[in-house]
Amino acid sequence: MTAAPEHAPTFTRAGLGQRITPWLPAFLVPLIILAGFVLIGSVSSWLTLTVAGLAMGMMLFVMASGMTLVFGLMDVINFGHGAFISVGAFVGVTVLLWLAPLAAAGSVALNLTAMGAAILGAMLATGAMGWAFERVVVRPVYGAHLKQILVTMGGLIVAEQLIYVIWGPQEIYILRPEALKGAVTFLGAAIEKYRLVAVGIGLVLFLAMRLVLTRTRIGLLVRAGVENGEMVRALGYRIDRVFIGVFMAGSALAGLGGVMWALYAQLITAHMGNELMVTVFIVVIIGGLGSVEGCFLGALMVALTQNYVAFLAPKLALVSTIALMVVILMWRPQGMMPVVKAR
Amino acid sequence: MTILSGNRPGSLPLALLLLAVVGCLALAPFLFPGTRALDTAAKICIFILLAASYDLTLGYGGIVSFAHTMFFGLGAYGVALMLEHLGRGWLPMLAGAGLGALAAAVLALLIALFSLRVRAIFFAMITLAVASAMAVLVSQLSGLTGGEDGLNYQIPRELTPAFRVGSLFGVTVNGKILNYYLVFAGCALLFLLLLRIVSSPFGRVLEAIRENDFRAEAIGYPVLRYRAAATCISAAVAALAGALYAIWLRYVGPGTTLSMEIMIDILLMVVIGGMGTMYGAILGATLFVLAQTYLQDLMGAGAEALSAVPLAARLLDPDRWLLWLGMLFILSVYFFPTGVVGRLRAMAARSARST
Repeated sequence: MTAAPEHAPTFTRAGLGQRITPWLPAFLVPLIILAGFVLIGSVSSWLTLTVAGLAMGMMLFVMASGMTLVFGLMDVINFGHGAFISVGAFVGVTVLLWLAPLAAAGSVALNLTAMGAAILGAMLATGAMGWAFERVVVRPVYGAHLKQILVTMGGLIVAEQLIYVIWGPQEIYILRPEALKGAVTFLGAAIEKYRLVAVGIGLVLFLAMRLVLTRTRIGLLVRAGVENGEMVRALGYRIDRVFIGVFMAGSALAGLGGVMWALYAQLITAHMGNELMVTVFIVVIIGGLGSVEGCFLGALMVALTQNYVAFLAPKLALVSTIALMVVILMWRPQGMMPVVKAR
Repeated sequence: MTILSGNRPGSLPLALLLLAVVGCLALAPFLFPGTRALDTAAKICIFILLAASYDLTLGYGGIVSFAHTMFFGLGAYGVALMLEHLGRGWLPMLAGAGLGALAAAVLALLIALFSLRVRAIFFAMITLAVASAMAVLVSQLSGLTGGEDGLNYQIPRELTPAFRVGSLFGVTVNGKILNYYLVFAGCALLFLLLLRIVSSPFGRVLEAIRENDFRAEAIGYPVLRYRAAATCISAAVAALAGALYAIWLRYVGPGTTLSMEIMIDILLMVVIGGMGTMYGAILGATLFVLAQTYLQDLMGAGAEALSAVPLAARLLDPDRWLLWLGMLFILSVYFFPTGVVGRLRAMAARSARST
């Protein structure tokens, strides 16, 4: 028996091209902003539109992130996600209307308390609803995509109708808290204060989510579950519990997105969640199912494109999103940053 | 039984129910005189065809599409635009139906190529997005499509009430009744064609793919091609149903052909009737349209009777009937995934075994 020959394998360092390829989509956002600047030509309108697009993108991200994680983790496609957006908006607005004196007061602290209470109420309500939804609607149909789509769609119909029953069929108009009204002027562009706040909330959430996912133990479990759930289960972790937590968190985030959207549009209807779902789906698809980063980039791209196109050619706004999706899917059929699945 | 392509109902009560429905529809102008009854009968015929074409993708292909009303609308707008711009006549009407069906098939093929090659669930999301974009586009391009108001146009004189033929069994036969029979015959022919398709080797392969696409691929069937073909056929038939609807109504608008509500209605019809059975479409559509037309009156009466109880009155409001349908829908997906038809067939199979 001869000894194994001397052998010291080394990894060749991946070239710049190889390392950068997965992150290429990140360059698309500045590219779109640049293209918008060239096409629009006027600095002030470009700035207004860009901030509006970023604000809308952050809200879309908040709504879509829960859905993409839920899909990645448990292979559950939740068509009822839009119901959480609507319910969040209605609960939040109801809380805000109760606290109307606080929201209308001159003090910033009181205004923010009112908004915080609205957000908290909405997130608690939608989180609890997410728990019930998972138990009653989703649990019996794990593993069967066709039934999942049908059942969650049924859940969406029922939830939407229940909103009509509870809050009545009419749309509700809502005023923003005093401190968030009005706009600041910068480089000749009027930028609504609320949009800046929305961008801030979205960014903080994205960073927090990344931190939780990459730096904590529970985040590790979630990521491992997305990658290969069966293996995590075989190692002895009760991934169902992780999952229900993620489902509730995702629902609560959708509720938060609903409140943010309600204050953005200042008008809520029971089918707003259903309408937003169309854009949310596009975001989730082009981002790559299961990927939080892809979802973030996708949301920004969709929102920026929609805002620019709505300014340049108003009739083509929604069609432009479809066109964006087609282009992205031609480039990467699985979405921009697909999560590698072991199955 | 060649007319049913060897695909029999398979249960005596089911066969009797189907015979009753088809018989009533065939003789509707004579059995139920009156405009509302005839309108309901025509709507039932068209929705039977629409639900059956949806069953081809949902029940046999196992693919959920949310763009079926878009294809329906393409056929309807094809007829409407042709009759609007080329004047009343048979040729523009047929050309419109044909072009609508072609456009629907091409669009379905494009969507299928984009989404099905990745994962079948992409299809559900992408069709939802494309269909809502199309609905928005149609309501915005008001110069071409009439926007939210829709289009009114003239159909050939032979199909309007002004054209009189004579009298039969005490009922004056006019163009409206001829129009009804055009709708009935068109729907019956296309339904039999769909029945033929699902009973053919093509339909069997489709079912195999629904049950286990990985295995079907391994045996050597090109899964993507089969699925894409199924969606194209389904889209073309839906467009033809839309064309018949446009001919019957002499009006198209986003609300009657493109709205998401109709999409949900079709979904409910197929699931309640029974997915993957074709006959389910007949029962589902009939039950649904009858309920939609007549049950809402009943709910209104119930809401009035309970107006003293605060929440109950709102729950029974006729506008809230989707709430009850939604619950029925969820329950039927859980407990009767094969729908009314599947239940009846299972009962027949059980009694055959026990004797």
